[in-house]
Amino acid sequence: MSNSNEKLVEVRHLKKYFKVSKGLLHAVDDVSFYINRGETLGLVGESGCGKSTTGRTLIRLLEADGGEVNFHGENILSLDKKQMKKFRENVQMVFQDPYSCLNPRLSVFDLIAEPLTNMEEYRRDKKKLDARVRELMDVAGLSRRLINVYPHELDGGRRQRVGIARALSVNPEFIVLDEPVSALDVCIQAQIINLLKRLQQELNLTYLFISHDLSVVKHISNRIGVMYLGKIVELSDYQTIFASPRHPYTKALLSAIPIPKVGIDRDQIILSGDVPSPVNLPGGCRFAGRCPYVTERCRQEEPKLEHVGGNQFVACHLAEENK
Amino acid sequence: MGEQNLLDIKNLSVEYKTEDGIVYAVNELNMEIGHKETLGFVGETGAGKTTTAMTIMGLLPTPPGKVTSGEILFDGRDMLKIGDKERRGILGEEISIIFQDPMTSLNPSMKVGDQIVEMIRLHKTISKKDAMEEADRLLEMVGIRRERANDYPHQFSGGMKQRVVIAIALACQPKLIIADEPTTALDVTIQAQVMNLIKGFKEKLGTSMILITHDLGIVAEICDKVAIMYAGQVVEYADVEGIYLNPCHPYTKGLFNSIPKLDTEEEWLEEIHGLPPEPTERIEGCSFSPRCPNCMKICKHKKPGITYIDDRHYVRCFLYENQEVKADE
Repeated sequence: MSNSNEKLVEVRHLKKYFKVSKGLLHAVDDVSFYINRGETLGLVGESGCGKSTTGRTLIRLLEADGGEVNFHGENILSLDKKQMKKFRENVQMVFQDPYSCLNPRLSVFDLIAEPLTNMEEYRRDKKKLDARVRELMDVAGLSRRLINVYPHELDGGRRQRVGIARALSVNPEFIVLDEPVSALDVCIQAQIINLLKRLQQELNLTYLFISHDLSVVKHISNRIGVMYLGKIVELSDYQTIFASPRHPYTKALLSAIPIPKVGIDRDQIILSGDVPSPVNLPGGCRFAGRCPYVTERCRQEEPKLEHVGGNQFVACHLAEENK
Repeated sequence: MGEQNLLDIKNLSVEYKTEDGIVYAVNELNMEIGHKETLGFVGETGAGKTTTAMTIMGLLPTPPGKVTSGEILFDGRDMLKIGDKERRGILGEEISIIFQDPMTSLNPSMKVGDQIVEMIRLHKTISKKDAMEEADRLLEMVGIRRERANDYPHQFSGGMKQRVVIAIALACQPKLIIADEPTTALDVTIQAQVMNLIKGFKEKLGTSMILITHDLGIVAEICDKVAIMYAGQVVEYADVEGIYLNPCHPYTKGLFNSIPKLDTEEEWLEEIHGLPPEPTERIEGCSFSPRCPNCMKICKHKKPGITYIDDRHYVRCFLYENQEVKADE
């Protein structure tokens, strides 16, 4: 994969809280990372850990409560409406549920043309628009006979292809993919993952790939960030995350994946309890309540995401011992 | 096979009448489950897994559903021929089901303890007090404190709700549990907890189980036998070792290849091209032939029969039929 060392996206201390009746929900709490041009950063974690909120806040579908997001070195959180429009041509999103993210009353042509009609050149020239839509259908692997079909006539995989064609229509540099294959069967999932990888290589795209499925994330990402309750607890290249995870949560997450092989013997770490509510969190490490290695210090003092060598970052007081 | 199987399905075909035509959901399905055995039922959306499970339970909505042929023998009784009253006696007591979505399979306006008691008292003549005691015991068995019997479903998380559903399913110590994607709606760490629980009670109670899933990882962990379904048919059937170490049907191979691997590096995933057939369309020949990388002339106009690879492993594919002929010669 061609990725440079140019930081295309740099997130610093991003925060997003939601007011709920019981207090403040810490959805994204001081999250920092960067993504190089042409690279894929995978973001994994369980339901409610804040991975989707991070993706949405990052491109201002939600307004952040703090921090900054630098895109090409410019903080996009301080852009005005007009500048944002320009920014949106560079950044797109593909959503999880291909059943609900497409307007059921628009045909495939209209769906793909919709983002393009925001651009002067396509608004004026219908022929050009038509040619571009057909080109995008080819790129996303949609047969041209489907051009006048409505979403309900398409299966999940093809709908996701429409979603991808829409995202690509404005020639973005950066795409946030929020669980793009979670709703699909494995065979269709493989088709879409391959499509996304091929597009990345051909168009030099940069991805933020959000998913709960570690094996999918491993397959597509260069680096992976593991989130727990609004925090990144471990961040590293995909080889290191899988070969030598340092955070107890990453270890548990990895050992919880069922492996499609027989005759393997492994010690599964089965975490007790559920993910606690992200409302009004107590001090100390957020994982302390479920961590098998918890110490007194973990309950008192919150660990920071620290560099532990290579390009591995871990937020755990015991990271040094847990090699 | 000297020992009688707990469940024997012979030549089962089920179809649905819809506006778009007849949907052939299950086509001539054959399957058996012995005592204390766990069968994994694997396939993509629309392969007919859930329809088969519903037909076993007698819960197939008719109309539009209709069983057009076959028999389902459970402990010697044909589930398709027995009356409603007899079936109600069997369901819950001898066969019970765990559904995919724990959020919708519990009654939201009833305390979870009462929901377990309801199940027990339906099948056993037992005092309310004793039933309550039994419910508390079941809750503890699935790892929920007994005080929580007085809570309502919305006060539980997804994983805890699924535990309650499991407690209800186990209440009468059934001979067979049908689990329809029991962990699909749960997060991985919670899934690991629930699978651990299921493994534990299976060993303890010796219950047979049909586990319907699309996750080959879960199958490897818990099942003894596997049936791979495609377009309403079992295309390959074997014990776990047979399926995982020697997958034969091109669809089974494709299924394995399309899973991203955790332990190996691969640039591209192998795809199975195309899509499963529309359920209303009847394909002449093998239903997998339009997508099959090994498709031959014969596959396009003749349906493959069952070919045995060894006595516990069969496949519906012409590739092996020829091999068998060769071996015979």
